[in-house]
Amino acid sequence: MKNVKRFSLKKFLDSGSLFIWLCGGALGISLLMIGGLLMLIMVNGMGYFWPKDLIQFTLNDGTIVLGEWVGSETIPESESVDKPKGHQRIQLKIGNRDLYGLDFRWVDQADIVDESFPADVMAFERREWGNFYGRIKQIQEGESILASDHEQGLTVLFPLLERTNDIQQHIHAIEHDEIGELNHAIEQARLQLRSLELGKEEGGDERVSIEEHVQKLQGLYEIQSAALIALYEKLEHFRITVVDVAGEEKTLSLGTLVKVWSPNRMGIGEKLVMYGENFWTVLSEEPREANTEGGIFPAIFGTVLMVVIMSIAVVPFGVLAAIYLKEYAKQGVVTRMIRIAVNNLAGVPSIVFGVFGLGFFVYAVGGTLDSLFFAESLPNPTFGTGGMLWASLTLALMTVPVVIVATEEGLSAVPREYREGSLGLGATKLEALWRVVLPCAMPGILTGLILAVSRATGEVAPLMLTGVVKLAPSLPVDGFFPFLHLDRKFMHLGFHIYDVGFQSPNVEAAKPMVYVTTFILVLVVILLNMAAIALRTRMRKRYAGSSV
Amino acid sequence: MQTASNQVIPKKPLGKQSELHPPKLVVKRQTDNPKRIAHEHMDRTIPPLSASHPKIVIQDMNFFYGSVQALTNVSMPIPANRVTAFIGPSGCGKSTLLRCLNRLNDLVDGTRIEGKILLEGNDIYDPEVDVTDLRTRIGMVFQKVNPFPKSIWQNVAFGPQLQNVKKRATLDEVVETSLKGAGLWEEVKDRLHTSALSLSGGQQQRLCIARALAVNPDVLLMDEPCSALDPISTGRIEELLHGLKERLTIVIVTHNMQQASRVSDLTGFFLLGELIEFDDTKTIFTNPSERRTEDYITGRFG
Repeated sequence: MKNVKRFSLKKFLDSGSLFIWLCGGALGISLLMIGGLLMLIMVNGMGYFWPKDLIQFTLNDGTIVLGEWVGSETIPESESVDKPKGHQRIQLKIGNRDLYGLDFRWVDQADIVDESFPADVMAFERREWGNFYGRIKQIQEGESILASDHEQGLTVLFPLLERTNDIQQHIHAIEHDEIGELNHAIEQARLQLRSLELGKEEGGDERVSIEEHVQKLQGLYEIQSAALIALYEKLEHFRITVVDVAGEEKTLSLGTLVKVWSPNRMGIGEKLVMYGENFWTVLSEEPREANTEGGIFPAIFGTVLMVVIMSIAVVPFGVLAAIYLKEYAKQGVVTRMIRIAVNNLAGVPSIVFGVFGLGFFVYAVGGTLDSLFFAESLPNPTFGTGGMLWASLTLALMTVPVVIVATEEGLSAVPREYREGSLGLGATKLEALWRVVLPCAMPGILTGLILAVSRATGEVAPLMLTGVVKLAPSLPVDGFFPFLHLDRKFMHLGFHIYDVGFQSPNVEAAKPMVYVTTFILVLVVILLNMAAIALRTRMRKRYAGSSV
Repeated sequence: MQTASNQVIPKKPLGKQSELHPPKLVVKRQTDNPKRIAHEHMDRTIPPLSASHPKIVIQDMNFFYGSVQALTNVSMPIPANRVTAFIGPSGCGKSTLLRCLNRLNDLVDGTRIEGKILLEGNDIYDPEVDVTDLRTRIGMVFQKVNPFPKSIWQNVAFGPQLQNVKKRATLDEVVETSLKGAGLWEEVKDRLHTSALSLSGGQQQRLCIARALAVNPDVLLMDEPCSALDPISTGRIEELLHGLKERLTIVIVTHNMQQASRVSDLTGFFLLGELIEFDDTKTIFTNPSERRTEDYITGRFG
C-alpha cells in the first residue's frame, strides 16, 4: 500500500508543472488568436481574386437567378415566422445593378427547385454599375451587325475588346499625360501672372509674353480635347447588347467593358492565370466605383512613401536624441524625468498627435510657408493643408519615443571594453562613438526603426487630420519638377479600409475589397519589417559579440 | 621630415627636467606627420639599460570614487624601458592606479584625484593636456580581450586612422610592423581582412597589443592581460614583453605572482589602496622588507 503512487495536489503544485502549463497555454492561445486573424484575412482576401463559377437557380415561383455563390447562413428565427425553422439561405452576387437595383440577393434554400451551372453564361466586368452576368445577344459596329447570337458573339467579342481597350489606353494617356502637362503649364503661367500682380511691378512686357504663352497653350489644349472627343465617339461606335437569364436586355458601349470571361467553361489552369491577373490588377491599378472596384495602387504607394519619409525623419532625430541622453547628458534626476516623459509620450493616443500635427505642422508651419513662399497660389493652400510631408512628420513625432528607447538600449548593450579600447587608442569621445559604439548599437537602432515602421504603417487616426484622402487625384511622385510633391494629399491602405468598409454606398460589394486591402496592408507591414530585419541580421553578423 | 617630427614631439631626453617646475606639456596631435608612425618603430634609439631614468613619477597620489578613497598617498617612480608589475589582492587599487596613468578614470562619474602624475616631468593631469594625445603616448591592453568587431586590418589601423593617416601604403606598413611587434604577423598575414573575432583568445589579445603598438606609444599599460588566456598563450605574451621593453616602458597589473616574478624588473605591492613596498622584483620575491608583502607572496595572507 505504501508504494502506490498517489496523485498529490501539493506535489503537483510544488513541482511547478502548473506554472509551465499556464505559460504554455498562454502562448498557445496567443498564437491561436494571431493565426486565426491572419487566416481570416488570408482566406477572405485571397478568395476575392478567384473567378468563381456562376450558379443558376430556378425557384419555385418560376424565376431564374444567376450569380456567384457568396455564402450561406441559417435563417434567423425572427425572419422565419412563416417558414420552417432551421432552414438555410444562400447569398448570391447577381450583379446587373442597373437592371435589378441591388447586386446581392438572398435565396431561401427551400425555394430552390433546380440548380445548374450553364456553360455558356458569361461575366462582364464593367467600368460602372458593377458586373453583368448573362449572355451576348448582339454586337454591332455603327449600324452593321457583327454578331447576332451568343456563340457568334464570342468569336467577335475578344478581338474587338482588345481594340476598345487600346482606345481606352490612348484616352487615358491623353487625359493624364498630354492634357495633364498642358494644365500644369497653364497653372504655372497663371501663378507667374499672379506673382507679378502681387509684386506690383510693372513688368508689362513680361505679362504680355506670358499671356501669349497661355494663349498658345490653350490652343494646344483645344486640339487635344478635340482628339479626345473623337476617340470617345470611336468607342461609342461599338455596341454590345447583353441579356440576362430572365431575358432582360441591356445595350452597352464596348468601351465600358473591362474584362469578359465565362467562368463555367474555364479549366483550373485558366482560372489560376486569371487569378494572377486579378491580383496584379489590384496591385497596379487605380480604384473605380467609389473605391469598391479596380485596384489600390495609389494607397499602397502612399503608405510606403509615407513610411519611408517618416523613417528618414525619425531615425536621425531619435538616434541623436538618444545619444545625447545616454552619452553626454549628466545622468541624474533630469535625465530620469526626460526618460519617463519619453516613455509616456509613446503611450499618448495617436489622435492627439493628429490634432497636434494639424494645429502645428499644417496651420502654423504650413500656413507660414504658404504666406512666405507660395503667396501667388493663395487662397488655395499649398503646404497650409494636410499633405504627405505633414502626415509623415506627425507620425515621425509619434514614433520618435520608440526609436529613442531602442537606441538607448542598443547603446547600453555595447560592451564598455569597446569604448575604453577606442579611447585608450587616442579616440575622442565622438570618434569612439562614431567608429565603434554606434556601429555596434546599429542592431538596436534598427529594432527601434522596425517598431516605428510597424506602428506607423497601421496608423490611421492622425492621418485623417493631416493629409489622407479617400481618392487622391494624383500620386505624390510624378514627372513635373520637383518630382516629389510632399504638399500633395495621398491615399493610405489603413484609411482605405475604413473608407471602403464603412463609407461605401454598396456595403456588400465593398466587403471583399476590405479584406483585400487588409491583406495587402498586412503584407506591406510584413515586407517593410522583413527588409529592416534582414538589414539588422547583416549588421548583427558583422558586429557579433566577442567570442571570448 | 625626421627633424620636424623631433621638434613636434618632445619625447626624447627629458630626464633632467626639474620636477619642481614642470613646463607645460605641449603635445601636438601626431597628425602633423603621419609618416612618423611608420618610421619610428625602426629608428628609435634604445637607451642603455643602466640609464633608466623614471618615465613616470607618481607623487602623493590620492584617488576617490565619490567619498570612498581607493588610493592613499601613492608615490613611486616607474623607470623607462623596464617592466613594472603591480601586485596585490583584489580591490587593492592597483587597476585603479593603472587606469589613472592614462586618465581612463576621467570617464567614471564622481572620481577625484589629488597629487601628481608626471610623464617625463609633465603633469598629465594638467588642464592643458590633451587627453586623447596623452592616450596615444600611453597605450593600454585590457583584461577583457576587446578587439573591435571589425577586420584584423581595421583593428590595427584604427589608431593611426584616428590620427588622419589615410594613405593605404602607410597604413599597410603600420599594420605589418605592429603585428610583427606583437608576434602575430605570421599567423594572420593571409587573412588580414577577416573578422578579428575569428581569432583565438590568445591571438585576440596579441591583436590588442598590436593595436596599441600601432599608435607608437611610449608606455604600455597592461591590466591583467593574461587572466583569460591559457598557459601557452600566456607564455607567448610574456615572451613578447621581454622584447617590447627594449622600446617601451611597460606597467603590468597581475594576479599571478609567478607571472610578476617572470616578466617584471620591478614590483609594487599594494594593499587596501596603499603602496606597501616597491622594489626590484628579485628583492620583493626573495627578501621583502615588509612582513605583509612576505605574507602575501608566500600565500599566508588572510
